[in-house]
Parts: sequence; C-alpha cells; structure tokens
Amino acid sequence: MIFRLAFASLVARALTVGMTILAIALSVALFLGVEKIRTGAKASFADTISGTDLIVGARSGSVQLLLYSVFRIGNATHNLTWESYQDIENRPEVDWIVPISLGDSHRQFRVMGTTQAFFERYKYRSGQSLSIREGAIMNDLFDAVIGADVAAKLGYKVGDPIVVAHGLASFTEHDGQPFRVSGILEKTGTPVDRTVIVGLRAIEAIHVDWQGGGQIQGQSTPAETLRQMELKPYAVTAALVGVKGRLKVFGLQRAINEYAEEPLLAILPGVALQELWQIVGIAETALIGVSAMVVITALIGMMATIFSSLNERRREMAIFRAMGARPRVILGLLVFEASVMAALGALLGLVLLYVGLSIGQPMIDSAFGLWLPIEPPTLREVRVLLGVVVAGAIVSMVPALRAYRMSLADGMMVRI
Amino acid sequence: MTDPTEILRLKDVTYNWPGSASFGLHVPDLTLARSETVLLLGESGSGKSTLLSLICGTIIAGSGRVSVARTDIAKLSAGQRDRFRAEQIGLIFQQFNLLPFASVQDNILLPLRFAPERHNRLNDPKQEATRLCHDLGLPDGVMSSKAGNLSVGQQQRVAAARALIGMPPLIIADEPTSSLDAATQATFLELLFAQSRAHGTTLLMVSHDARLSSQFDRVIHMADIAQTTRGAT
Repeated sequence: MIFRLAFASLVARALTVGMTILAIALSVALFLGVEKIRTGAKASFADTISGTDLIVGARSGSVQLLLYSVFRIGNATHNLTWESYQDIENRPEVDWIVPISLGDSHRQFRVMGTTQAFFERYKYRSGQSLSIREGAIMNDLFDAVIGADVAAKLGYKVGDPIVVAHGLASFTEHDGQPFRVSGILEKTGTPVDRTVIVGLRAIEAIHVDWQGGGQIQGQSTPAETLRQMELKPYAVTAALVGVKGRLKVFGLQRAINEYAEEPLLAILPGVALQELWQIVGIAETALIGVSAMVVITALIGMMATIFSSLNERRREMAIFRAMGARPRVILGLLVFEASVMAALGALLGLVLLYVGLSIGQPMIDSAFGLWLPIEPPTLREVRVLLGVVVAGAIVSMVPALRAYRMSLADGMMVRI
Repeated sequence: MTDPTEILRLKDVTYNWPGSASFGLHVPDLTLARSETVLLLGESGSGKSTLLSLICGTIIAGSGRVSVARTDIAKLSAGQRDRFRAEQIGLIFQQFNLLPFASVQDNILLPLRFAPERHNRLNDPKQEATRLCHDLGLPDGVMSSKAGNLSVGQQQRVAAARALIGMPPLIIADEPTSSLDAATQATFLELLFAQSRAHGTTLLMVSHDARLSSQFDRVIHMADIAQTTRGAT
C-alpha cells in the first residue's frame, strides 16, 4: 500500500516528476549515445584495415607509419626502395604484397599510387572488400579511381578529368598528364573514401619530366609515349603485406626490421592501431567525462526537484507520521520515489537511444562512415543504467534526510 | 497504580520548546476515562497543540508522566511510540488531513498499515471501511474516489472513518469542525459521537467553540488544566 501511495503521489505531481524523468532520460540517452559512438568509432577505427598482416615502410615510428600509410596523415621521412620491396616480395613467407606510393595530391585529397592488387587485398570492417559503385578500376595508365568522399565533395563522375598536383599543398600541377575518373568506390568509412587511387606506373609517368621537385624546362613527354614506356618505380612509400600463415608473421616482421640493406620497419596493424587509439583515448575519456557530468547534473536536478517539493509535501509527511509512520518510512518513501524516477528516466533514456539510433544510423553511416549497430544493451550499458538508479537513490538521501528531520520536528501537527 | 478505567493520564507534565523564545507548558493533572467524550477549550497559543503532541508521543515531556492506555509513553523508544500511536490513537485534524492523491479506501486503511493489532481486530478491513463510510453518511461507491475530489465535509467524514477504523481506544480530534458550515458541523459531530459510543471509544476534541459544550460528557479549559510560560528560560 505504501508503494501504491508513493506512486499515486508521483502521479499527482506528474508535470514536475515527468520533467525530471525526461531530464534524466535525455542525459542517460546522451551518455549511452556517446558510449555507442565511442565503441562504434573504436570498432570502426580498428576496422580501418583488416586482413593485412604487416605494413612495411622506412624506419620511423610504428604510429607514424600507420598514420601515413593507412590514414594518409603526415608524410614518410624516407621511402622504401624498389629493390627492398622486391626482396620482401620474394621472401617465402610472403603470400602477397601491395605497394603504396604517396606524395601527390588532388585538391585537398591525397593521391595514392598502387597496383590493382590493392582492390583485391585491402580489407576493412572485418574483412569487407572495396567495391566499385560506378565505373571500373584502372585500365589505362591515366585512369583514376576515386573514393566516395572525393566524388561527393568535388562532384566528380566517371569520365571527368583529374589533374594531380605535385606534392601536397603545391601550386605546381601535372597538367600535362591529366587523369580520367574510371571508377568511384562505395563509401567505406575509411581513409580510402578520401583518396584518389592511380596506378603505381602512373605515379612514375607523371614524374618522368620532373627532376629535383620541379619540371624540366621545355620537356613534356606525350601521354602516348608514356603509355609505351617501361615505368619502373625507384621507391614506394610503404607496402601492405599478407603472410602465408599467422605463425610466420613475427618471423617476417623480425627479418624486415633487421634488414641489412636498408633501415626498414614492419608493423602489425592491429598493434599499431591500439597504440594510436591510446593516444586518441584522451579525447575519449574527456567525452565520457562530459557525458557523465550531464548525468550527474540531471540527478542533481532531481535532487533539487525533491527539495523544492518538500515544503509543499510537509502535510503529506505529517499525515503519514500521524498515522504511525516512523520518520525512516518518510525517508524510505523519498528514496523510493527518487529510485522510481531514476529507473523510469533510465528506461526512457534507453528507449530514446534506440529510437535515435534507428533514425540516425543510416545518416551517421552515410555522413561519417560510422556504423552504429543496433544491438541489445551490453552488460556495461546495463551497469550504467543500474548505476543511474543507485546514484539517484544516493543523491535523494540528501533531501530525504532533510524530510526525515522535518518530519521529526513537525511531528503530525504541521500547519502551513 | 493506574486506574483501569483511565485511558489517558498526565501527571505533573512539563515541556519547554527549545529556542530563546521558548514556550513552556505545565499540566499538573489531566485524566480521561474510557468511553468519555471531552471537549478541550482553549484560545490560540494556549498550548493545545503542545498538549496533543505530548499525548501522541511526538514530543516527550521534560518531566512528569504521560500515560495512554496505562502505558508510560516516555518509556517507549521512538519507533515504539510511533507504533503505539498508530495502535491506540485515532486522529482527526482541522483540515487537509487526507492524502488527496490517494483513494478514500487507501486513506481509511492507512493507519492499519502501521498498527498490526488494530488491523487484526478486523476480519475484513475493506468491508469495515465501507461500513464506516456508510454509517458516516458517505455515498456508495466513494471508496474508489480520490480523496482530493471530495467536498470538505465529505473529507472530514473520511478522516473520521480513518480515525475510527480498528477501534482505537482514544480519538483525538483537533478542531475538526472549524472548516465546516453549521449544518455540516452538526451532522458531522452527531455521526462522530454515534460511532465513538458504538465502539466505546474515548473522544478528546479540541476546539475554541464553546457552543459545542452541551454535546460532550465533560468540558475542560486549557487555562484550568495547564500553565504556560513564554520567553527565555
């Protein structure tokens, strides 16, 4: 009966109680939403590259190699010579190897030279392959395949010309050898979306007339001539390597890292991604901290609501006392009420989260390439929800103790 | 030794409210017999509320003895006093004494939740609540109504039913008719007396309306039974 009366009391104050529950629900939805985005981003981040056993580049730091080879952030300090690349390719442990040549750009997007094997070997999001949305992969020397973001941002379609600029943020363009968009990739949510992919030979072709970072005066080899030329790269930026059997990965990694001809670095992408995430993790912690503060603010708001209702509810408490309720019953009633409000807020927050996810999931995927799965609440999320209810009960102890003292002082003779 | 016919006895009771502008009350002797109806008359500030709080055990006398149903309530712990109050005393206040969001039935049955002996005296509490409502002239079907939706007169009858349920030996009514019009006042008192007599309950009613005197077995004045002190002690 006491619980029924507590519910009836809550219903009687439906507006303020409803607003309090809504505030808790929104904060819980925000917290869980941030948590979903965080785990989604982490999974997406970890899924940027999969199925590649080693990434090889000139010796630097593992995070730096990962950043420039996979995320197209920063630059390589040195290249990997073609001889070294071939040495690695010829090792018995190597199943496949894909070269990556970076350095040039188109508008704000990086241009990557590679082979057709890249489209076959590069995997993301648990082994998913790249797929062409429109057109085809490179067939001609001056064909380019562009990522979904490049196409969307620059409004390119198949057949459009692309002029590659020399280096990054350069005003010098390889305008004598324009490329043609041969294909547009499906969105992947990876840096591939922001990449212009051309053939490795094409990278050599557009630099035939260049020397020391500048075009040789008066020299411009016709495209047709370039197509007939044997274009052998001198160096590549990095290479993605697949190994025959996982047990051989560490042996090959050690062999490359101890390669005598050139200082090289071979990294395990998963390990390097973890290292990189630890750096990004500071922002992650800050994000969780901010959303936790929102939940705490909502709970303090609930405490304020209970506080403000105490005076108008002194009669109610006095009636309970007059009927024989001990002050601790009054305390228990308020804690119970707060727990009910927090529980309803937590549940409503969960509902809001799933409604938000079902509406926002395709939009977030298409805008950010971030796939947020709609799954039952995880154990961690259930713990968060229970934590909100417990925290609600704890913060309500402050006004409940005041009510306890008030009911002791008022007894049953309160006149307001 | 206490008289078995006594339901309430205050002997040399003193109480001083804390604070610099303290109010003090001294009751040399006050006795109420079982089944007696007593009207306690007193002006505002004469110490009526303090006296009722002492009888109900929400405050404890600084000295002297307060016995209800032959139990010295000062010897009970705070929790025991709360339960003792629920078991022994039915209370009716001046106004606003129901939980407005609760049903009439829940309001009437509320004291039984804290008074198991009072509850056990009844075979069927809900049926008893319905019977009391009927006897007090409340309309049929009122049990499920929200108390806040009733008229003031009906609310006071529900409060009387709540005080009477489970037949507590003592009913204290603190100015229960002051917010009622004359006609409703008379009807309410008539019904209250009838029910008190039917259950052999002692009724102590506090009022400042001396016109009610003729309806009670005995009339006492605060000024005759108690002395008050004011100011720093």
